[in-house]
Amino acid sequence: MGWFRRLKDGITTKTVNKKDAPDGVWYKCKKCKEASTTKEFKENFYKCPKCNAHARIGSEDYFDLIFDGKYTELFDDLVSKDFLSFTDLKPYDKRLEVAKKKTGLLDAMTVATGKTNKKSLTIAAMDFSFIGGSMGSVVGEKIAKAIDYSIENRTAFMIISKSGGARMMESAFSLMQMAKTSVKLAQLADAKLPYFSFMTDPTTGGVTASFAMLGDINFAEPEALIGFAGPRVIRETIKQDLPEGFQTSEFLLDHGFLDFIVDRKDLKQKIGDLVCYF
Amino acid sequence: MVFLEFEKPLESLYEQLENLKEVGEKGDIDVSDKIKELENKIKSERKEIYSSLTGWQKVQLSRHPERPYSLFYIREMFKKFTELHGDRYFKDDKAIVGGLANLDGQTVVVIGHQKGVNTKMRQYRNFGMANPEGYRKALRLMKMAERFDYPVICLIDTPGAFPGLEAEERGQAEAIARNLFEMARLRVPIVCAVIGEGASGGAIGIGLGDRVFMLENTWYSVISPESCSSILWRSWDYKEQAAEALKLTADHMLDFKLIDGIIKEPLGGAHNSPEEMAKTLKKHLKKEVAELMEMTPDERISLRVEKYSRMGQYDTLKKKVAVKSK
Repeated sequence: MGWFRRLKDGITTKTVNKKDAPDGVWYKCKKCKEASTTKEFKENFYKCPKCNAHARIGSEDYFDLIFDGKYTELFDDLVSKDFLSFTDLKPYDKRLEVAKKKTGLLDAMTVATGKTNKKSLTIAAMDFSFIGGSMGSVVGEKIAKAIDYSIENRTAFMIISKSGGARMMESAFSLMQMAKTSVKLAQLADAKLPYFSFMTDPTTGGVTASFAMLGDINFAEPEALIGFAGPRVIRETIKQDLPEGFQTSEFLLDHGFLDFIVDRKDLKQKIGDLVCYF
Repeated sequence: MVFLEFEKPLESLYEQLENLKEVGEKGDIDVSDKIKELENKIKSERKEIYSSLTGWQKVQLSRHPERPYSLFYIREMFKKFTELHGDRYFKDDKAIVGGLANLDGQTVVVIGHQKGVNTKMRQYRNFGMANPEGYRKALRLMKMAERFDYPVICLIDTPGAFPGLEAEERGQAEAIARNLFEMARLRVPIVCAVIGEGASGGAIGIGLGDRVFMLENTWYSVISPESCSSILWRSWDYKEQAAEALKLTADHMLDFKLIDGIIKEPLGGAHNSPEEMAKTLKKHLKKEVAELMEMTPDERISLRVEKYSRMGQYDTLKKKVAVKSK
């Protein structure tokens, strides 16, 4: 015997009352596995309406969220090149081509300038979908140019980090972007302009160990992975399981490396407050 | 003597030489000519091996167990050296050493990664992998140098910053980032030299400077060849290919204009004649420090900014309008 029993025999819903469920209508949360409608999910700032897990979104979504309406994209003519003819299982230029096709982006960094809370702000935002948001020459150069733009136009500056770290296929060039971006941030600091570093899931490696940790104000989305070494590497090094919540935004806040954590629904308000102090 | 894999032809020659010397010592036969001949043969063989080293072979050389480390160079190069300990926040990191030193009359602050010379010391030095307190100690010393107008010398030799649990808790990323930021605008000269391994953030954390040099048989990369192999090839077996692909040798780095010069090593590598290596290194450092001391702090900083701002390889799309409105 089954463990449940129908109260009435047969399916009683009339055909006209059945609901269509075309693809893309449902969003399944990666964390709580609960389903909700895409509409609900979008209206909830791309957060799970059930458990509030923040899904990964792209640079353009953040611009739409933060700027007061219109904004202008800058330096969108920079593209990566395979200067080292780097080939692992795939040649780097093929990887670039695939990434460009898949994402419609030219690289893992997009810069835009506009107003938020009626104050000027320049934002450099990373896209994880483009080779894991890895930092190569273009990412570094866009940050450098964005900082020059901020200094020239006296705007506040913000970076939205979302990256697995340096782009190995650019070897030492990617490593030197850590130095390059830090040198430029020092210039920005000397110009007495504020730099807000906003970390989102994930922010690791050379990105964390350079511009992400250098904000006048460092803040992050809830439950984002933020760290220097990846959890797998640490587990292999110390040969122990990592404690729960290790390398999350909450962990970093507790250890004194973040100023605050912000829910995506409050993001515009928070940044709007910040720009008014400076 | 430790022979690396690619030095195997030398090993048998050395064995022959030893045997010959033994025969000579026993008496009757005069083998001095033969010894000389063999010594010349060793020299030319070594020259040949060393004239065409691959990336991976240089990585092996940079890790040679007999290779001199920072404290050796420090003792050889400076008349006086006073080691200073601790970051003043948490503890003293043994993987980064530093202190005040006298470079032929000029007081300098010297900082370097330090590896251990035997099993016990290797553990004590954490294999040259620094924790956040190491980078913070380095910064404390640099700030002191700035206050007294002393040049800073950094010796780089690390397989990477330590990827440990406590390192993350104490902000490994923040410590490295802070150093980069402060070194960018430090008002005194900074001269860096990679003396062994230059792996990633752990290396550059004390590696941003007015002049950066690499010893001939060292490497500098965003990741070690082994880790690169494991991530990109999904196996540990492609380290040779990874070492080639990463183009991590001093020649490549100079070619890319990511470093300012290469310092020649004695034939057979630094470990073959450590004192000679120390002398050469000292000569270079002295010259660079003297040159940099001639400039004003503002001149140095603006050149430093320019240098790092130029680093990067990318294309610019050919289109008239670079700004698009949304």
